[in-house]
Amino acid sequence: MPTISMTVNGKSVSGEAEGRTLLVSFLREELGLTGTHVGCDTSQCGACIVHVDGQSVKACTMFAAEAEGAQVTTIEGMANPDGSLGVIQQAFQDNHGLQCGFCTPGMVMTAADLLKNNPNPSEKEVREYLEGNLCRCTGYHNIVKSILAAAATMRGEQVAAE
Amino acid sequence: MYAFDLVKPKSLAEAIEALQADEAQPLGGGQTLIPTLKQRLAMPGSLVSLAGIAELVGISASGGVLSVKGATTHGAVAAQTDFPGLAGLAGKIGDPAVRHRGTMGGSIANNDPAACYPSAALACGATIVVAGKDGTREIAADDYFQGLFTTALEEGEIVTEIRYPIPQASNYQKFEQPASRFPLVGVFVAKFADKVGVAVTGAGENGVFHWEEAEAALASNFSPEAVEGLTVSADGLMGDIHATPEYRAHLIKVMTKRAVAACA
Ligand SMILES: Cc1cc2nc3c(=O)[nH]c(=O)nc-3n(C[C@H](O)[C@H](O)[C@H](O)COP(=O)(O)OP(=O)(O)OC[C@H]3O[C@@H](n4cnc5c(N)ncnc54)[C@H](O)[C@@H]3O)c2cc1C
Ligand code: FES
Ligand code: FES
Repeated sequence: MPTISMTVNGKSVSGEAEGRTLLVSFLREELGLTGTHVGCDTSQCGACIVHVDGQSVKACTMFAAEAEGAQVTTIEGMANPDGSLGVIQQAFQDNHGLQCGFCTPGMVMTAADLLKNNPNPSEKEVREYLEGNLCRCTGYHNIVKSILAAAATMRGEQVAAE
Repeated sequence: MYAFDLVKPKSLAEAIEALQADEAQPLGGGQTLIPTLKQRLAMPGSLVSLAGIAELVGISASGGVLSVKGATTHGAVAAQTDFPGLAGLAGKIGDPAVRHRGTMGGSIANNDPAACYPSAALACGATIVVAGKDGTREIAADDYFQGLFTTALEEGEIVTEIRYPIPQASNYQKFEQPASRFPLVGVFVAKFADKVGVAVTGAGENGVFHWEEAEAALASNFSPEAVEGLTVSADGLMGDIHATPEYRAHLIKVMTKRAVAACA
């Protein structure tokens, strides 16, 4: 099996991958980064979303070998260096943006992608950007609220606690 | 998925060379092909990845024509400002993560009967440029789209570029099938100085088609009212659990009127 290399969450890594090995399998099985989830495996749910060279992609719909040499960020890379929750993750906790948490890695990665390009999104823009992320239990309301709160925090604004 | 080799050529010439191998197939963004492979509906010997070929990526506008290279992503098309109607179409394909990977060449090569881009290509009279071992061919959209998942593309050829004459005004209206997010019916209206193009996707049993009556009516009176008196026949339209042919016929007219209104 060929060996491939990439940078994942700032660290150079390498591992074995066949042509057909999906990026999500490489991350989870070869690198042991199981924070990235597989919800549907049919490109619909977004639980597997990671960033490749700064853009959100469905890791179940990309081959690992296509990410050779790329900068990959997974949910494990979203925490602060001391291990505490990053701003978006903390906002999900504060706003009850998750219940079972299965969809949450993908939600957080999509939110990070949105906020990088649009630091002050409207509620409508957040909802539209979540089009490819399905949640089966929280309902989208608190997820949207979490992302708007994270955006406000990142802009340095105080958010009124409820 | 069955096993295959993933080949990553650096140039178009290398890609064409690699595609001459037995059972070789191009890999664009993989947003259609990878789900197909997972269902074991395809068994390629090798996949030739186009994403890393610099000469196959990019958008440029000159002389009233927008040129989009084959491996350019939907996201990049959505971000360009020279042809707003096409940007609007691209920005509604799937979701952000799909748009970061999926490519125009992949969509045009696949010619799914519900794909969005073929409607823009047909309405604008685009030229599809394809390259293979015998050189390059330029194919008019009217000759290129030949039915469900069928095009003028030959085995071993790559869609390298799509050239769209940029309309004076244009708009795409998509009535989404909410589960797949593909259009149940999509209509692209393109207004040029001397003609109007109206192309319909998601509805035809033979894939994308011109709504010729609307093109003629709108050429002399470019307003939603010009379409009002027309009727779309349900003959030759798709029927499935999502919509009957009659419902699709109705939607074609509604979407066309909305697209014309949005052009104003
Ligand atoms: C959740 C979801 C929602 C979607 N919604 C929509 C939608 O609303 N509208 C829409 O139009 N599409 C939609 N799509 C499909 C998406 O646009 C695909 O990106 C597109 O159809 C195929 O492009 P690709 O680059 O991913 O091609 P691939 O999947 O890589 O390839 C598709 C086919 O084209 C061939 N191919 C690829 N590139 C080339 C080339 N340059 N030259 C010749 N052959 C080539 C491949 O061999 C394969 O047969 C959706 C997909 C998903 C997963
Ligand atoms: S697991 Fe990738 S989209 Fe659902
Ligand atoms: S929190 Fe359970 S699926 Fe979203």
